[in-house]
Amino acid sequence: MKERESDLVPRHLGMVSRRDFLKFCSVAAAGMGLPLGMGAKIAEAVANLKRPPVIWLSGQECTGCTETLLRSTHPTVEHLILNLISLDYHETLSTPSGHLAEEAKAKSIAENKGKFILVTDGAIPMKDGGVYCQVGGRPVLEILRETAPQAMAVIAIGSCASWGGIPSASPNPTGAVSTSEALGGKFTLINIPGCPPNPYNFLSTVLYVLTFNKLPELDDKGRPKFAYRRLIHEGCERRAHFDAGRFALSFGDDGHRRGWCLYKLGCKGPETFNNCPEQLFGDVGPRSWPAGTGCPCFGCSEKGVGFTKPIPEQASLEHYTPAGLLLEHEGGVRVGGAQMRQTPPTAFAPIEPPEGHGVTTAAVGLAAGLAGVAVGAGAVIAMKLGKEKSETGANTEKD
Amino acid sequence: MGLSRRDFFKLSASGSLVLASSASPVPAAALEPVPRLPEGMGILYDATVCIGCKACMAVCKEYNYLPPDHHDPSNVWDDPEDLSSKTYNIVKLYTNGAGQVKDQEANGYSYIRRLCMHCVDPSCTSACPVDALHKNPHTGAVLYDKDACLGCRYCQIACPYNVPKFEWDKPFPQIRKCQLCSHLIPQGGYAACCEFCPTGASIYGNVQDLLKEAKRRLSLTTGQMADYPLRRIDSSDKTQRKVTLYNNHIYGAREGGGTQVLMLANVPFNKLGLPLLPAESTADRTETLYHALYKGMIFPYVLFGAVFYLIYKNTSNQDLP
Repeated sequence: MKERESDLVPRHLGMVSRRDFLKFCSVAAAGMGLPLGMGAKIAEAVANLKRPPVIWLSGQECTGCTETLLRSTHPTVEHLILNLISLDYHETLSTPSGHLAEEAKAKSIAENKGKFILVTDGAIPMKDGGVYCQVGGRPVLEILRETAPQAMAVIAIGSCASWGGIPSASPNPTGAVSTSEALGGKFTLINIPGCPPNPYNFLSTVLYVLTFNKLPELDDKGRPKFAYRRLIHEGCERRAHFDAGRFALSFGDDGHRRGWCLYKLGCKGPETFNNCPEQLFGDVGPRSWPAGTGCPCFGCSEKGVGFTKPIPEQASLEHYTPAGLLLEHEGGVRVGGAQMRQTPPTAFAPIEPPEGHGVTTAAVGLAAGLAGVAVGAGAVIAMKLGKEKSETGANTEKD
Repeated sequence: MGLSRRDFFKLSASGSLVLASSASPVPAAALEPVPRLPEGMGILYDATVCIGCKACMAVCKEYNYLPPDHHDPSNVWDDPEDLSSKTYNIVKLYTNGAGQVKDQEANGYSYIRRLCMHCVDPSCTSACPVDALHKNPHTGAVLYDKDACLGCRYCQIACPYNVPKFEWDKPFPQIRKCQLCSHLIPQGGYAACCEFCPTGASIYGNVQDLLKEAKRRLSLTTGQMADYPLRRIDSSDKTQRKVTLYNNHIYGAREGGGTQVLMLANVPFNKLGLPLLPAESTADRTETLYHALYKGMIFPYVLFGAVFYLIYKNTSNQDLP
């Protein structure tokens, strides 16, 4: 029997069973909203060991994005990804350090020109020539601009790399910007914002690029649509309380304990696009995401919301489209309320309510029956009237 | 009946007397418009701040002990389509075209709350023959007394906002409408819809203060940050928000003699289902007429005198028993 490629994985890795491996690939496919059969295709792509190398560049960051990736606990994800992808350079995870690490990076870039995936985390300081973040004596801005043109794809992980995050928050002393802005918007890159982002959003994106050799469908902010299509507000388990007007008014009050909506406490769910309520964090079961635990969403993945708006400030509802509308879904236009409109309690009464509710078939039948009887009776009476008259007429003639 | 020339003149003379007596007092007796009560309480609703969460609808039912209303019997949730005997307060939606931009007339949408407007000079209390609907002399809330009510439903016809609702499904029906949560005031409460509004779209307070607040909001520059009080006009709890565009019109400042529920929006109010009313209240107009007709009982005496005379003249002995 011919050996399947996926059967080779345990031999190469030594610790993953074929069953676990296929399970992981199917879960990844489901996470991206791909058809079930795609799991096998992903398995094939992952099992193929000609892996593109990954260069991971860090700017002004807190290593939270690396940590979130390490905490992913789907069947041995860290082994699959860190071993299957040739992670040639990562400041936190590399075994070598100093000049050795820099050499390894230079070698990998030279060998794999146009074939490696560049991952960036952290914002890039631009002020004073980018001197506020240096690696090996060189500004990270310079390193990024040098490396990015040679990469197959650029993935910006975390809010800092995606839109500036904490370092770019006012007053922004270092002039921190996102990867895309540092590169002057010349490259199509994938943003995976979040603080930290969900590791599975990142892993799924990497797997998508590997499997299909193209970028996933992106929204107007460069985020993969499979993860950032919906408002947090639309998937939130507390949503029904929002619709019913039940709000927690302060932390620890009766409403808060009963799981009511956190909107009044400053939850930014209505203006933040992410899949936190569906994907959850840490693989520990239901409610393992901020609003699920009773902490209002602060909009970490949304530019202009997280680290920008005060936490108690109430979210705007500009993306919220009211019920009862069917909107054309255009390319880049967000239709935030598409799912909301299907939630029954969000239906609104129209300004002028229709009068009456139409007629039922039974009523029509009954009315038609009665009308028929009336017409028939009328006809019979009319005929009799004629007869009587003519009879009387005949009698008169006789007399 | 033969009418002699003499009788004809008599009749026309009495007729012109009647007309003269009824016509002359009318211009002189036009009633003064009813002034706003100094302690009148009301609600300021700002549609640009409203997010359509329906918290006001939910608590209104809770605090007024109202059952859910189903306009579609297959729906298990509360889904009123209009005000009804089970719904004192409703959030309605205006949409136009694509309906994507909030508070925009073309291709936009806007919420609008509908409830009893608590008129300064209400038509319902004027039409009510038995004072079942009456205005509280202090707060100005239009209240209902079920023990006085006849069930004539004149108030339903009189109300320009279509607010009083009759319990058609009850054996002992009442008129149902918002009474500004007057039953909560003795316990220190106030209108529940305002107490639970998360954004400050509805605030409760003295109508004079609410009018000042409404004018302040209209004077704000669009795009600037401004404080919006939450729950009550006199509350220290405020929320900051960016001012959006307003239609320069305070609904209820003058409409139908003024109302104690004031409204602000960007979409014109007639599009939001609120009638465009003259500044003179309907009650003022009808009461002017009635008061003129019955002034000093001259008109009834003359009219019935004339009728009595006609009958007397035309009754012969043969007609008597």
